[in-house]
Amino acid sequence: MAENFGILFQWLIFLGMAFVSIVASLLVITRKNPIHSALFMVLTLLCVAVLYILLYSPFIAIIQVVVYAGAIVMLIVFIIMLLDLEVELRSKMKVVYSKIVGVFLALLFLFGLLYSVVAKPPTGEIGSLTPDRMANNVKTVGESLFTDYVFPFEISAILLTVAIIGAVILSKKRT
Amino acid sequence: MQVFYFLIETIIKCVVVFACLMLSVAYLTWLERKVLGHIQIRFGPNRCGPFGLLQPFSDGIKAFFKEDLIPGSADKPVFVLAPMIAIISAISMFAVIPFGNQFTLPGTDYVVKLRIADIDIGLLYVFGIASLGEFGIVLGGWASGNKYGLTGSLRAAAQMISYEVALGLSIVGVILLSQSLRLTEIVALQAGGFWHWNIIYQPAAFVFFIVCALAEINRTPFDMPEAESELACGFNIEYSSMKFALFFMAEYAHMITVASIAVTLFLGGWQAPLPFLEFIPGVFWFGAKVFILIFFFIWQRGTFPRLRYDQIMKFGWKVLFELTLINILITAFVMLLKG
Repeated sequence: MAENFGILFQWLIFLGMAFVSIVASLLVITRKNPIHSALFMVLTLLCVAVLYILLYSPFIAIIQVVVYAGAIVMLIVFIIMLLDLEVELRSKMKVVYSKIVGVFLALLFLFGLLYSVVAKPPTGEIGSLTPDRMANNVKTVGESLFTDYVFPFEISAILLTVAIIGAVILSKKRT
Repeated sequence: MQVFYFLIETIIKCVVVFACLMLSVAYLTWLERKVLGHIQIRFGPNRCGPFGLLQPFSDGIKAFFKEDLIPGSADKPVFVLAPMIAIISAISMFAVIPFGNQFTLPGTDYVVKLRIADIDIGLLYVFGIASLGEFGIVLGGWASGNKYGLTGSLRAAAQMISYEVALGLSIVGVILLSQSLRLTEIVALQAGGFWHWNIIYQPAAFVFFIVCALAEINRTPFDMPEAESELACGFNIEYSSMKFALFFMAEYAHMITVASIAVTLFLGGWQAPLPFLEFIPGVFWFGAKVFILIFFFIWQRGTFPRLRYDQIMKFGWKVLFELTLINILITAFVMLLKG
């Protein structure tokens, strides 16, 4: 009884979150007002974070919230607030080319997704990271980052540092 | 049946914590006005009930019956949404804070743990929710369609993003010491008297944390977003009635949460300061420590003047950021030497 209850609960959460995230992501691309788009993007990211929790990965979920919803969308909102939205909305921007390119890229991505789902069975090989090990999630992620994936980890750290220094230099040049 | 017991227990704990938090918020406004009043040699609220104790309720009733204005140039959905985001994030941060030890229900062998959720990513959860809470202030100022509001929210966003970096770095020392992000484990490691508390091992980190936390909750001397003398009121200038009250409550709830996190990380959480005092329940010690910190927050509001905006930014990036990094380096080095 109780186990069935838990599984039912998981399905309800999964279906609810999947539905909300799809609707929200559709609203992201259809809203005229960029701030509203950004807010629906936050909603989408939050729903995906809940899906990560369902997959026994609370660390990834919370990093998704902190980095994407908290930091990146916040910067986007910050920049949009400094623009004059009325002027942007009135001047109907010529976005035909970018629309064509965007549709092409989106279709490419869709085919990629479909191919990867069809070509391989959705349940992959069972690795060493079982739900039991993932219960101690943060330590597991930290260990694998500093043992198996230490090279990509350090490379991305250097890349980010270079990007920060570059941004500082570019912003200093103008004045 | 275990699942249903768990659900009932969680719901009861949520309701109790929510009620206590809201009551504390109400009396925190009274306490702040009273303490500030005595610091400035006046009485503070003293008309409603004995010592003005009914003041929070009369304030609440007043806010409830005021006219709810939405300016014509406002972005209505976002304008309504902003106070909700602020209050929800401020309250839901409390979900992971352990405010007491466990006890067995009398007559049964059912153990009740005095925390709502005990998750592996506890500390990260707090930071995630806190970063979502910034949206409330930023969007509130923007959606008002008012230049003072916009300036206030821009300042808020810049200040919170800057100080969030130092805030995150200041607690890394504690994480290194306790080797866990689980708040209950961090508290459990500080058991057995005040000389085991993290503040003894990380005194500098505690100071950095308090300074950054003051900036995060926009209190004096970092109350730039609502600098009354320059911005009229800042991001909440166009808000009235319950929407304003929600922002107000969110600010005070945030203050309680920040104090609770500081207590959990540095002051031993619900642990008694001396071993022979352990017969007193942990909830009392937790409340007492939080009260001391909150009193300090109010006290320093009555003491310090507001900093200038560029001074705040410089202090955040050029002083606090480096100091917290040095603190991490030294802590990690000592941990390495000890093995």
